Amino acid sequence: MPLLVRFLAATLSLAVGGLVAWAVLGLPESAGLREAVTAQMDRSGVSHPVTAVLLNFRGYDTLLEVAVLLLALIAAWSLRLAPPGRSPERPGLVLRELVRLLVPVLIVLAGYLLWLGAHAPGGAFQAGALLAGAGVLLALVEVRPLGATPPFALRLLAAAGVLVFLAVALLAMWGGRLLEYPPEWAGLLILAIESAATVSIGLALAYLFRGDEPTTHREGGERT
Amino acid sequence: MSAVLAYGLAGAALIAIGLYALIVRRHLLRKILAMNVVGNGVFLVLVALAKRSAVPDPVPHAMVLTGIVVAVSATALALALAVRVRDATGQATLDERRGTAAEAGRGRDAPG
Repeated sequence: MPLLVRFLAATLSLAVGGLVAWAVLGLPESAGLREAVTAQMDRSGVSHPVTAVLLNFRGYDTLLEVAVLLLALIAAWSLRLAPPGRSPERPGLVLRELVRLLVPVLIVLAGYLLWLGAHAPGGAFQAGALLAGAGVLLALVEVRPLGATPPFALRLLAAAGVLVFLAVALLAMWGGRLLEYPPEWAGLLILAIESAATVSIGLALAYLFRGDEPTTHREGGERT
Repeated sequence: MSAVLAYGLAGAALIAIGLYALIVRRHLLRKILAMNVVGNGVFLVLVALAKRSAVPDPVPHAMVLTGIVVAVSATALALALAVRVRDATGQATLDERRGTAAEAGRGRDAPG
């Protein structure tokens, strides 16, 4: 890399960073949109403001976010990467026992975080990330609990978050507008969306870690 | 120094560091890491924006949560593409002098 390019890159980076710093330094005191959120909390169906914004007031962002994750998964699958090669050594006893202990705990914690999201920090993504962590751990010890599941079912599960979210969003149009849940149903609808999103996010992240798409063959015999 | 300034300025510094590495580094893995450093800088600035009053503003927090998922998705796809580029050309950079179409074809046929 020529020195001139490095110098120009450094100048540009410092300029951009400096502009952001200047903007941060010039910020006035402000409560932002907190008042607006607090005023509508009763109608959101949950009691944690971040969850209310994520799944109700700005549900559109979250719907698209789940769709982006699904798109990334579909795009990664369509690259047809080779399945991760098996390491020459069998996973050690410590790792295997650790995974055996951790995976059930992670699944329980995921359910806890999913439920907690309604009134405290937590929710679908955090729960999904824990599920994905369990999936990655299982992949490290070369156990594939979903290996026997038909690929179509796995694809459907990966899309479930978007599908349930879209269904709820469209159902809300019956007597309202897109994504405007009736306040008395909002809590239940949000829980349904988050439950489906948790499974999809966990599955998508775990499969993005592996890289290859689910197939029926190549199972059997591979595992010892 | 207030929390807003500490987090905001740290975010600005991360954006600058990440942007520099994104331009200067050739290896795709480093570029992907640099992109994530920039993204985390943006998240830090957003979290700082939320803390300008005693009780934080939930909207930037929700934006950061959404942003993290999008960043994870983009990173995963970028990594998959980088693996594909390495498989096809035998190198993990986008160097146009070497990574020609002819070489890409040869790289794919090569064993391993």
